[in-house]
Amino acid sequence: MLHIRCPYCQEMRSEEEFSNAGEAHIRRPPDPAALSDAEWGDYLHFRKNPRGPHREVWVHTAGCRRYFNVLRDTVSYEILDVYPAGVPDPDAPEETTP
Amino acid sequence: MTAQPRRLAEGGRIDRSRVLDFTFHGRAMQGYAGDTLASALLANGVDVVSRSFKYARPRGIVGHGPEEPNAILHLGNGAVSTPNLRATEVELFDGLEARSTGSGPQRLVGAFSRFLPAGFYYKTFMQPPWLWMTWERLLRRAAGFGEAPDGRDPDTYDKMNHHCDVLVVGAGPAGLAAALEAARAGARVLIADERPEFGGSLLARSLTVAGTSGADWVEETMAALSSCPDATLLPRATVSGYYDHNFFTILERRTDHLGDADAGGTRQRLHRVRARQSVLATGAIERPLVFANNDLPGVMLASAVSAYVNRYAVAPGDRLVLFTTNDGAYQTAMDWQRIGREVVAVVDARQHPEGALVQSAMEAGIDVIPGHGVIEALGRARVGSAVIAPLDDQGDTLASPSRRLECDLIAQSGGWSPTLHLSSQTGTRPRWSGAAAAFLPGALGERGLCAGAVTGKRSLRECIEEGASAGALAASRAGFGDGETTLATPDTGESPEASSRALYLVPHEKPVSRAPKQFVDLQTDVTAADIQLAAREGYTSVEHVKRYTALGFGTDQGKLGNVNGVAILADALGQEIDATGTTMFRPAYTPMTFGAAAGRDTGDMFDPERHTPMHAWHEAHGATWEDVGRWKRPRYYPQPGETMRQAVDRECLAVRDGVAIFDASTLGKIDIQGSDAAVFLDRVYTTGFRRLGVGRCRYGLMLHENGYIFDDGVTARMAENRYLLHTTTGNAEAVYAWLEFWRQTEWRELDVHLTSVTDHWATAAVVGPQSRDVLRKVCTDIDFDSDAFRFMDVREGHIAGIPARVFRISFSGELSFEVNVPANHGRHVWDALIEAGTEFDITPYGTEAMHVLRAEKGFIIVGQDTDGSVTPADVGMDWAVRRNKAYGFLGDRSLTLAHHLREDRFQLVGLATADPATVLPEGAQLVEEPGHRPPVAMEGHVTSSYYSARLSRSIALAMVKRGSKRTGQILYAPLADGRIISATIVSPVFYDPKGVRQNA
Ligand SMILES: [Zn+2]
Repeated sequence: MLHIRCPYCQEMRSEEEFSNAGEAHIRRPPDPAALSDAEWGDYLHFRKNPRGPHREVWVHTAGCRRYFNVLRDTVSYEILDVYPAGVPDPDAPEETTP
Repeated sequence: MTAQPRRLAEGGRIDRSRVLDFTFHGRAMQGYAGDTLASALLANGVDVVSRSFKYARPRGIVGHGPEEPNAILHLGNGAVSTPNLRATEVELFDGLEARSTGSGPQRLVGAFSRFLPAGFYYKTFMQPPWLWMTWERLLRRAAGFGEAPDGRDPDTYDKMNHHCDVLVVGAGPAGLAAALEAARAGARVLIADERPEFGGSLLARSLTVAGTSGADWVEETMAALSSCPDATLLPRATVSGYYDHNFFTILERRTDHLGDADAGGTRQRLHRVRARQSVLATGAIERPLVFANNDLPGVMLASAVSAYVNRYAVAPGDRLVLFTTNDGAYQTAMDWQRIGREVVAVVDARQHPEGALVQSAMEAGIDVIPGHGVIEALGRARVGSAVIAPLDDQGDTLASPSRRLECDLIAQSGGWSPTLHLSSQTGTRPRWSGAAAAFLPGALGERGLCAGAVTGKRSLRECIEEGASAGALAASRAGFGDGETTLATPDTGESPEASSRALYLVPHEKPVSRAPKQFVDLQTDVTAADIQLAAREGYTSVEHVKRYTALGFGTDQGKLGNVNGVAILADALGQEIDATGTTMFRPAYTPMTFGAAAGRDTGDMFDPERHTPMHAWHEAHGATWEDVGRWKRPRYYPQPGETMRQAVDRECLAVRDGVAIFDASTLGKIDIQGSDAAVFLDRVYTTGFRRLGVGRCRYGLMLHENGYIFDDGVTARMAENRYLLHTTTGNAEAVYAWLEFWRQTEWRELDVHLTSVTDHWATAAVVGPQSRDVLRKVCTDIDFDSDAFRFMDVREGHIAGIPARVFRISFSGELSFEVNVPANHGRHVWDALIEAGTEFDITPYGTEAMHVLRAEKGFIIVGQDTDGSVTPADVGMDWAVRRNKAYGFLGDRSLTLAHHLREDRFQLVGLATADPATVLPEGAQLVEEPGHRPPVAMEGHVTSSYYSARLSRSIALAMVKRGSKRTGQILYAPLADGRIISATIVSPVFYDPKGVRQNA
C-alpha cells in the first residue's frame, strides 16, 4: 500500500485515503469544436502508460478532498515527487509567447 | 496404559506436569503443554494423517513448521471449526478435536486417478464447457480441502495499525540479534515470529552460543530486548504480507492456543504496520529429496526429526536412515544416536564426505555410505525399508545394482531453501546462486534488508553476525545510531561445513516415466514425471508449468517442492536453473482466516446503511426496502393482504387521482456558490444556466467527455450567485468528485465553490392533483396559486413552522411540490404533511411506484435506461442539449463524432406487448423474427418494464437499433423459459404526452 504525502495536508498518509484520477497535465483543448474527430479522440482516449516515471493526478478523497499531482515510478511504485494541482508540467517545453 | 509410545522419557521444551487430552478422528490421545498437534500425534504413534489430493495415498507428517504439506487438519466442529490448519503450527490445547480434511478421495481414487496427469484441468475439464460444473463438484469433493463452518463465527477479530522504525521478521538467531542492535540504537522496534516461542532453530537444534545453550542465549537476548523502552515482541504472529512502501500485515493468533473453553477477547488480530526499515530474518526451509515413493509416512525432513527429538522429546521412529547431500544433516544422526535409537546408516550422495560433522559421526560409530542415494522407499502405510544404490558423478544414473536397508524412518536433507516469500512479494525477483545451490532474495532497495539463513548463511555464527549488522544498519537508516554493531561475535563452536552436492532428482533403476511416483510437491501431488511431461508438451515458462501441473499451487505455496521442481524443469529443458527462474510468491505467506481479514467489519459494521430522517416512519408503516447505494429507500408500503403488484397499483393511482407523498431525501444535493457559478454550470451541463432567473429551476444532462450520459437532475437558482444542483441518488459522490476535479484542476480561474449538502436536507415530495390543497394547510407564507408558483419555480417559506424550500418539479408528470427542510426537522414536517393530508387520504409511495410513474411519462433513469454508452440523442433528449454555448460543455464535442451520428444506433423506444397483461422481463433481448435458431441478430433490449394501473396494461422502455424510425414494428422477446413475447414499438411517452397535468 502506497504511502503518499498530500501536498496540502503535508502528511504521509496511506493509499486507502486517496484515489487515482489518471494521467496528469492533460489540458482540455481550448476550442474542441476546431478539432477533427481523430484529434478529439486523441485527447479523449490516448494515454502515456510509460514504464518508469509517470505524472498522475491523485485526490485526497478521505482527507482534504483536493486534487494534486504525483510523479510515480510505474515499475518500483516509488513516489518521486508530489505537487499541487495547477503547477505546470515540469516536463513540458517552455511556452514561448510570440 | 502406554500413552504416547513415541515420547522420550526426558528432555524437550514441554511441560510434563500439564497433560492435555485431545482427539484425532475421535480417538482419544494425550499430549503435553508445549506440544504442537503434530508432535502430539507423532508421540501417539500416528503415522497416517491424511490422504493425498489426487491419488489418495496415505501421508504422514514431513516437517515441523509452515512447510508441512500433509498434516493439514480440520479443528473443532460446527461454527467454531477451522479447516486447513497445519498440525505443525497448531499448539495443543485441552479438548482439541482434529480430523483430516479429506474424506472423499478413498472412494474416488480407483476410477479417478488415471484421469489426472499433468494438465488435467486443461485436458479433461475444459471441453465441453457445460460439463465443467459437474467435474468441479467432483474435484472439490476429491480435493478434500476442508469444510466451511456451519454457523456464524462466534469469535471476535480486530485490526491494529502501527508505525515502527525497524520491523524485524522472524525471531531466530539473526532476527533476535537484529532487533537487539536496532533497539539499543534507540529505534522503535517491532519483532514478530510465527512460533509461540522466540528462538527459531535454536530451540530445535542442539547448539551452543558463547558457552551456553542456544535456549539460554535466546532467553538472555529477549531479556535485553524487553528492557529496551521501544521494543515490541509479537510471538504467534505471522508476517503474512509485504506490500508497497514497507507496509506489512501481521496475523497474530491471540487465543487459538487456549482452545474454545478458555478463549476470551480477540481471537486473532491483524496488525497493519508501516515500517521505516525492515529486516527480513525469515530463515530457510530444508529441501526434501525426490526419490521413488518419497511420500510414504516415515519419510521426513532431517531438521524436522531433530526438532521433534530436541524440542518435543518425540522419536518419530526406531531405526533411522539419513539421506543427505550435506554435512549439516549429520547432526540429526547424532541426535538420534544420543537418544539411544538405532542409526542404520547415513546415505551420503557425495563421493567423499569429509567435513568435521562427518568425522564426528564416523567416530561415534555411525555407518556412513558415501556416493549413494536412497532411490526408493518401500512399505505400505509406513516406511519398511530404503532401497539404496550408488550414484554416478553426474547423479543421473545408477553406477551399480541397488540393495535394501531395513528401517522405519528416512530423514532427508537436500540442502536449504531460503524463505524468500516476503521479499518476493515486493516484486523483486529471487536470483539463483550456484554456490549456495539456492534461490536468494533479490535486492530490497533502501528500506529493507535480509539477514541470516534467508541470505544463504549456514552457520549460526554467521547468522548472528549478519543479523546484528542488519539491525544496526536498519536503525541508522531510520535515523538511530551510527550503524556500528555492539554485540560481540559469539563463539558457537561450529566447524566449517564441507561443500554439499546439488541433487534435485534421485535416479531410479527405471526411467522417470515408469518408476514409482517421485513426488516433487506433496500437497498437490505433482511428480517429477508430471514436470517432464509438461516440458515435453512444450511448456517452457516456469509460471506456465506451475499452472499446468499445479506445482506450488497448494496452500503451502511450494515451500518444499519449488526448487526441486524448477531444477527438474531446467534439466528437462536443457537449461541452467537461473535461466528457468522461479515462480513468484504472493501474500499471504501462510493461509489466514476470513475472520482476521474482516476484523470488526462484519454484520452492521460491514457496510454502513444510510437512513433518511423519516426512516422510522417508513419502518412503522410497513415499508419494504430497496437498497440504492448505501441508502435504504422505501420500495412500497403493502397493506395487510396486499401483493406487491396490488400495493404498487394503489400507490400509483393515488398519485394520479388524489395525493401521495414520497421521501426524496436521498437525492444528491450540491450547493454551488460564487460569481462564476453560472459559468461553471454551463460547462458541466448540456443546458444553459446563465439566463435562468432567480427562483427558477432547470433540468440538465451531465455528460462525460465521451458524450455519454453520466447523470441528470434539476438545478435551481436560489440567488444571484447561488445554485442548488440535484444528482441522482446513486451518483451523488461521483458527481461531486467529477465537479471538483474540473474546478480544481482545469478551471482554477473560476470563482466557484461546491459543498455537498445531501445530508443537510430532508425532502418530502407531495404529489398529485390535490397536493396544492395539502400544502396550503401547512404553509401560509407561500402563494401556491398556479400563476404565482409555476412549474419549475422554487419558493422559500415555512412549512409547519420550519423554514423550507419548496420546488415545483415533477418526476411523475403530476402536479408536484418537493418540500426541503433542514434534516433535523424532516420527521416533524413529514408528520405534519401526513396529518394535513389525512382528509385527502394521502398515500405514501415508494421507489417502485416512482419507477412506474416516470416510465408512464417516458422519463429515463440514468443507469437503468442508460448504460454508459448512451448519448442524449439516443434517448431522444436533444431538446435538453444547447448547442451554441461559447466554451462548450463537457462532452459537447463528442456528440458530433461520426460514430454518434450513425443512424443505426440504439435508441429509446416504448414497447406495447400484444397481450396487455404480459409484463416483459427487464433485460429481455429483442429479435426481429420469432422462432429463429441462434445465433440471431439482436435488435435491442428491454431497459424498464412495469404494469401500469392507470393504463390498464404493461408498458416497457427499450433501447432498439434505429428505434426512433421503427415505430409500429413488431419485435419479439424470446425468453429462457421458451415463451416468445411479441411487442409493438411505440412512443416512450405513454401518458399525458403534452404535459398538461404537471402544469395544472
Ligand atoms: Zn490532503
